[in-house]
Amino acid sequence: MNRVVVTGLGVFSALGKTTAEFEAALRAGRSCIAPLTVVSTDALIVKVGAEIRDFEPARHFTEAKLALLDRFAQFGMMAAREAIADSGVNFRGGPGHRTAAIIGSGAAGQTTLDENYFKIYAQGQKRLHPFTIPKLMINAPTSHITMEHGITGPSFSVASACSSSNHAIGVAFHMVRSGAVDMAVTGGTEATVTIGTLKGWEALRVMAPDTCRPFSKDRKGMVLGEGAAIMVIERLDSAKARGAKIYAEISGFGSTSDAGDIVLPSAEGAAGAMRACLADAGLNPEEVNYVNAHGTGTTANDVTETKAIHMTFGAHAKKLMVSSTKSMHGHALGGAGAIELAATIVGLRGDFVPPTANFTEADPQCDLDYVPNDARAAKVGAAISNSFAFGGHNAVLAVKRFSS
Amino acid sequence: MANVEKDVLDIIAKQANLDRGKLNRDAKMAELDIQSLDVVEIIFAIEEKFDITVPYNANDPSGVAAGVSFNTIGDVVDAVQNLVNEQAAAKSA
Repeated sequence: MNRVVVTGLGVFSALGKTTAEFEAALRAGRSCIAPLTVVSTDALIVKVGAEIRDFEPARHFTEAKLALLDRFAQFGMMAAREAIADSGVNFRGGPGHRTAAIIGSGAAGQTTLDENYFKIYAQGQKRLHPFTIPKLMINAPTSHITMEHGITGPSFSVASACSSSNHAIGVAFHMVRSGAVDMAVTGGTEATVTIGTLKGWEALRVMAPDTCRPFSKDRKGMVLGEGAAIMVIERLDSAKARGAKIYAEISGFGSTSDAGDIVLPSAEGAAGAMRACLADAGLNPEEVNYVNAHGTGTTANDVTETKAIHMTFGAHAKKLMVSSTKSMHGHALGGAGAIELAATIVGLRGDFVPPTANFTEADPQCDLDYVPNDARAAKVGAAISNSFAFGGHNAVLAVKRFSS
Repeated sequence: MANVEKDVLDIIAKQANLDRGKLNRDAKMAELDIQSLDVVEIIFAIEEKFDITVPYNANDPSGVAAGVSFNTIGDVVDAVQNLVNEQAAAKSA
């Protein structure tokens, strides 16, 4: 089996439209959760989110291209451009045929769906634009990334709600590790800040009216975010041979199903995924220093996840640093896992642990070190990143500090 | 008004599959065997029935932070009654 490393990273999120901006915000413990401006909030009860602002697509895509791109595809392409440029790899005509493109997304082209349903049902329009379907299809970001960068190996999108990114990256990691492909462009993207989607989320009654406070006693639920993170991963030997910059090593992937409730998490399922990940990585629980938690800020998740961490790590749980970066970038659903793995990797490389922002007072049922409010200087050796999705899909990735 | 209480109890009984005869104002919501998804659907059914917005957040089921109380069925009925009255007052204003 090959060792697999990350050699290119791109982030396009509400917390930063480049990896550098993203890192600066994480180090500062700055949350970008704020009143929504991308949509009108008159009909909305929940009026806050972590949205991407000051983005003019027309400056980055031709008019012809833009006609094909929903917001979620735009985000994915922006992150992919940064990651691929960062990696220094020229896929087209080169390693592209031995490269996979596997991108996670939970909800597809929501803006396109929303706008076009409105046209038919509210405005009674007789026809839709011919590119409606290609824009909204959940695989659109993946397709456009392969087209723009000349990737002709296996490509598809992965959907498992909030675990989509981790599943996508996990599958890509296994394919590179097994030698099925030499490299992969992988990650996730989501753009669901539309009135229709927000009304849907409101109805679940788990949205916070103020902000996202994972693990705090007075937390009031989750806050929607949006964005993408894409990474280039490849075999260690070829990365070294071409003198690539190596961010970190992806060492394991574990995945389980709760087979329980359609929305409530299960500690057993979550612990099972963490254990499976550690086993896949060949890591002892004691070797893990940092957990990037799923940490949505709901009563249900934060307590269940804390319990699952205790179950997985035993006495070592109290020595772990656990933080939820959703406190800063919101919950980007299908894009969450990728953005959070990027945060983990950036912290690993930069010798710091991103904090859990907006932390007020500890919930007695959440008794771990959540790195409250301030980023902490630390040399993390190994970390895991959790995603525990609606529908009971649990996916956990392990990354290690790279040492040759 | 007797209607609000009857309608709320009907909705709770139907949605949570409970014996209607066992429901009364003093029954504690937390002690009735209502699944979390059923709670959310009950709130939805109440909102649809009365055309009101119930300030229920699943992360704070007792309603403390929202300034209402959902501890007993009576609390829920009273909260709905207040919302219905506010709605009527707003419409006639």
